Amino acid sequence: MSDVRKQGARQIAHLREISPWCWEIPQTGEMRVPGRVFSDSEFVTRAGQENALEQVANVACLPGIEMASMAMPDIHWGYGFAIGGVAAFRLKDGIISPGGVGYDIACGVRLIRSNLVASEMEKAVPGLVHELSRSVPAGVGRHGDVRLGHRELDSLMTKGVPWLISQGYGWPDDIEAIEDGGVLDGANPELISPRARERGFAQSGTLGAGNHFLEVQRVEQIFDEAAAWAFGIFSGQLCIMVHSGSRGLGHQVCTEYVKTMGSAAARAGINLPDRQLACAPINSPEGRDYYAAMACAVNFARGNRQVMTHLVRQSCEHIFKSSAEKLGLDLVYDVSHNVAKFEEHETPGGRKILCIHRKGATRSFPAGHAGIPEKYRAVGQPVIVPGDMGTASYLLKGTSTAMAQSFGSTCHGAGRVMGRRAAKRAIQGHELKARLEAQGITISAGRTSTLAEEAPEAYKDIDKVVEVCHQAGLSKKVARLRPMGVVKG
Amino acid sequence: MRPFELMEHTADIGVRAFGSSEKEVFQNAAAGMFSLIVDPGLVRDVEGFSVKAEAEDHEGLLVAWLNELLYLQDSRDLLLKRFEIGRLGETTLEAMVFGEPVDPGRHKLMSDIKAATYHMLKLEHSSGGWTAEVIFDV
Repeated sequence: MSDVRKQGARQIAHLREISPWCWEIPQTGEMRVPGRVFSDSEFVTRAGQENALEQVANVACLPGIEMASMAMPDIHWGYGFAIGGVAAFRLKDGIISPGGVGYDIACGVRLIRSNLVASEMEKAVPGLVHELSRSVPAGVGRHGDVRLGHRELDSLMTKGVPWLISQGYGWPDDIEAIEDGGVLDGANPELISPRARERGFAQSGTLGAGNHFLEVQRVEQIFDEAAAWAFGIFSGQLCIMVHSGSRGLGHQVCTEYVKTMGSAAARAGINLPDRQLACAPINSPEGRDYYAAMACAVNFARGNRQVMTHLVRQSCEHIFKSSAEKLGLDLVYDVSHNVAKFEEHETPGGRKILCIHRKGATRSFPAGHAGIPEKYRAVGQPVIVPGDMGTASYLLKGTSTAMAQSFGSTCHGAGRVMGRRAAKRAIQGHELKARLEAQGITISAGRTSTLAEEAPEAYKDIDKVVEVCHQAGLSKKVARLRPMGVVKG
Repeated sequence: MRPFELMEHTADIGVRAFGSSEKEVFQNAAAGMFSLIVDPGLVRDVEGFSVKAEAEDHEGLLVAWLNELLYLQDSRDLLLKRFEIGRLGETTLEAMVFGEPVDPGRHKLMSDIKAATYHMLKLEHSSGGWTAEVIFDV
């Protein structure tokens, strides 16, 4: 154990509650700022037990970090950075870290609404799930039907979703319902290695495996009528949620930059508490290159979700025998929960552009913010939080409290409590499938053992995680959605 | 000596590999990693591929080697089961690896491994031989 890590472990003993729902890891040793965990006592204790708090303290040691190294209530142990982590770095003396974004760059969620009343469609759901599993490629390493050439892949990586829409994959109105208007600027495809391309070509428009899913959901409860109305959401509505990422292309970009930034950090004289925290100054060739490559992967990931949205619309047209327009299959919003972005925030030293790393955290901008679509500006940004397949997912709205306290961030999901193998040992995939089906949830999974890894028991209680964010004010509850049908890889 | 065992963490999974030589521990780490993807008993070693990796130190080389194999698997849709390191230098390695293309009818794939990470990475030599520990992002 390095000295810095030992210091981290000691600081955890001094954890203190500084306000309801917020715990501080005091700044000691090599830490440049304190750690701050938005949590109840149960989640923060669990995070301490699995050393995730030590990871929060380690991130606080990185140069140019502003205010605090933060974690959301769904915090759990990650590599280098904890999952659920938020860290902001100053442009002049701060760093950018591929590990602070993660391997699945721009992994995220989108919610597609409909005009359909779910209770009237119950009989059609199994058929829809079957059609979705047939049309949307899912599973380990599965290839997509959309094969891009080199120039097309470059166009997708630089021009993002608006380019895909110009190619017929979606509707013009989708563009504003995606963070950054569906295209993160600054992407440079020359920085995408042949290897990353090779891993990406075959996988565009595919769901992937693990915790990624496609769900048919029913809006079960509305907490905020006005916000729900603004988001096009009503009680009892049928919706579809897509959770996926940048597949092999993003994994390869992260792999390559974690490697090159190990030496970049050493050259910049940065003492890394953990090698996986490899980073480079934002204003260094390595830092700039990583951002430009990451932006390619962000655009690719959102492009994947866009292609899947196109396939979802086609599947619904087929099953419901009506056009996607008539069915009202509009995109509510698309959020990325593994990303680094330049954003302007209020700091004790005035307004500043900061490089915000969200690794398993969702942007949560308030009403009135210029960065959210005009149609939602009176309400706040839609925040989509996927839960496990047996419980629920949530639609929330962004807040000014988040803007002031967490650099406009909130949770991203339930967060695991059980290891994948432990889940497989404890839960039989076929029994789980039968149990979920008895609850009226149609399941299509590439493999039932993979299903067991993602069992509801393997995750924290999503209701509690969302409640902590609601009470802490990082996001406010708008609607709870219950799964009716699940497609897993 | 067992070639490897699996280590578990909340969200992810790792491999602890053993070997009487450094080459062997690298090979066993690769076998351990692929055992997470597919039952090795279902994979035939019908094709060979040459692999090169480089890094600044031996620990880094272990990660680079495993990530090279993941790239090969993903980009060519392969499953690998036999790993023979020909040359293991200070900063480079050269190997031949054997396997076959994925056949969805025969191969039930279990996990999508995104990468081998540096987190809690270990490569140690003692009187009992070599031990390596690598955590994967699954």
